Amino acid sequence: MQPAIAVRELTKKYEEGASGTLALHGVDLDVHAGELLMLMGPSGSGKTTLLSIMGCILTASSGSVRMAGREVVGLGEKQLPALRLEHIGFVFQGFNLFPTLTAGENVELMLDLKGISAAKAKKRAQELLEQVGLGEKYGAFPADLSGGQKQRVAIARALAGDPGIILADEPTAALDSHTGRNVMDMMSDLAHKRGRAVVIVTHDSRVLNFADRIVRIEDGAIAGNTEAEMVPPGLWSHSLPQAAVGLV
Amino acid sequence: MPPLAQRNLFHDKVRLTVTLTGIVFSVVLIVVQLGLFLGFTTATSNLIDHSGADLWITSKNVPYVEQGVAFSERKLNQVRAVPGVGDAQKIIARWTQWKRHDGGQDSVQIVGINVDDPMERPWNLVQGSAQDLKSPDAVILDELYKQKLGVTGVGEVFEIGGHRARVVGFTSGIRSFTTSPYVFTTFKNAQNFTNLREDQTMFILVRVVPGASVEQVRRDLLEHVKDVEVFKTAEFNRMTTFYWMFTTGAGVAVLIAAVLGLVVGFVVVAQTIYATTVDHIREFGTLKAMGAPNSYIYKVIMKQAALAAVMGYALGMVVSVFVVHGSQKGGAAILMPPQMAVGMFFLTLMMCVGAALVSINKVTRIDPAMVFKG
Repeated sequence: MQPAIAVRELTKKYEEGASGTLALHGVDLDVHAGELLMLMGPSGSGKTTLLSIMGCILTASSGSVRMAGREVVGLGEKQLPALRLEHIGFVFQGFNLFPTLTAGENVELMLDLKGISAAKAKKRAQELLEQVGLGEKYGAFPADLSGGQKQRVAIARALAGDPGIILADEPTAALDSHTGRNVMDMMSDLAHKRGRAVVIVTHDSRVLNFADRIVRIEDGAIAGNTEAEMVPPGLWSHSLPQAAVGLV
Repeated sequence: MPPLAQRNLFHDKVRLTVTLTGIVFSVVLIVVQLGLFLGFTTATSNLIDHSGADLWITSKNVPYVEQGVAFSERKLNQVRAVPGVGDAQKIIARWTQWKRHDGGQDSVQIVGINVDDPMERPWNLVQGSAQDLKSPDAVILDELYKQKLGVTGVGEVFEIGGHRARVVGFTSGIRSFTTSPYVFTTFKNAQNFTNLREDQTMFILVRVVPGASVEQVRRDLLEHVKDVEVFKTAEFNRMTTFYWMFTTGAGVAVLIAAVLGLVVGFVVVAQTIYATTVDHIREFGTLKAMGAPNSYIYKVIMKQAALAAVMGYALGMVVSVFVVHGSQKGGAAILMPPQMAVGMFFLTLMMCVGAALVSINKVTRIDPAMVFKG
């Protein structure tokens, strides 16, 4: 099966300073639909750079990144936003919700970008919020939501564009144990029940047993690629009832 | 589109207040400066604008209305004999001294007219009538200058150019550009007040017969009447305005102030709109990361700027109307004709949208990867 994202010989060099900084070199990685992959590694190892390149936010210095069979390295600034909009949903560590919009409007914004009419967007936003268990929070502003609720709104927003790929940067870092586990359950369901390719950058060892595969990055290169059965047990398990998660 | 622009604007009340204050300040500043310029410009040519004449005849080389030189009033008959001349009247406009009751003296500009002719009659009369000028020594002046000239009401007697003068009425809002108020009187009185010889006049005003070419009449007058200049009213108006506004430097100063008002206004608006955009820079970064094209973000910023412009303009106009109204009782009028109010709307919109372009430049350079930083 064709991978959702296929990375080959990827190099990223930041042209800063006299010699520049080699953030990634020789990275090969496939991410498949229905897979939850975690990128781990120490700070500065290059995992966020890799996530950014896979998200078409950053351009590679060399190598190849194919998304849904299409080469994205070398595409211009005008083509990349459309690609992000079509294929990728982002979940950020700091949620990155629009504080002046309600939870529902935050989701609607994504639908508006996709060109969906206001009436349809409103209905779809309501459905998505219900799917993440926040149907009653449509009119709530982010400031009135807990961290876990904000991240669930962010997930609903990421799903609004119906992307094949979900890229998450430390989605549990700002959450307590309970809400963190809840969010990971959702991410797991997105991969396993809704067939998304989910890539999560994390330092959080508690979430490891949600992963199908853990890719360890060190000094800009892949230092390890561990399959699910080899994943050491984390603190969290898939303990929440699926009905509570609401993504089925 | 979800109401991102509106919400960004209204969400932070303090920021909104600062933004609107900046725009209101700019609107008022520009209205005051342009209004002053317009007020001064209008004041320089008040007499000409309200003369009702088509042509002004002066002696040779008269650069502006206050610099008239006396010439023989016998030319009036020559003027009346030229084909196409419908009405011709001699008038005097000349500086002289007004003596107050306290013994102090002030310079005034005497305007001597034919009371029975519609040309150059005092306008905006609030007390008395032009016909009252027929009574002996009668003068009419503007109520703006009552205090300056020591006048309290109709019937008071003063001395002008050593001759008795009695106030019979008041006009409203007839300002002179100089500090010397206009004092309307009959032609005969004006000759006395300005010590002009009985056979002399300063100007002859002409109205052409209906249907006649003003330009043709002007050419005929120049041909038939010697040693005079003949100006179309608009031309004489321009000459007078140009003299006072630009040759003296007074207008240049006001014009520079008006331009500075525009520049300062733009800078203030640009700064406030820019700050509003920068406040939301991370959100715009998120929008870019989500896949929003630059045009979508520009639309949000432009809408924000346009909304701020409309609100700032509305509030600014309310303040400006009070300022303009207040200035009507002062020596320097700030004028705001409807065209200027409409123009200000578009200027405010342009300023805000222009300022937003500065912000857009900043947003264009946002690295969407910023969303992964903390």
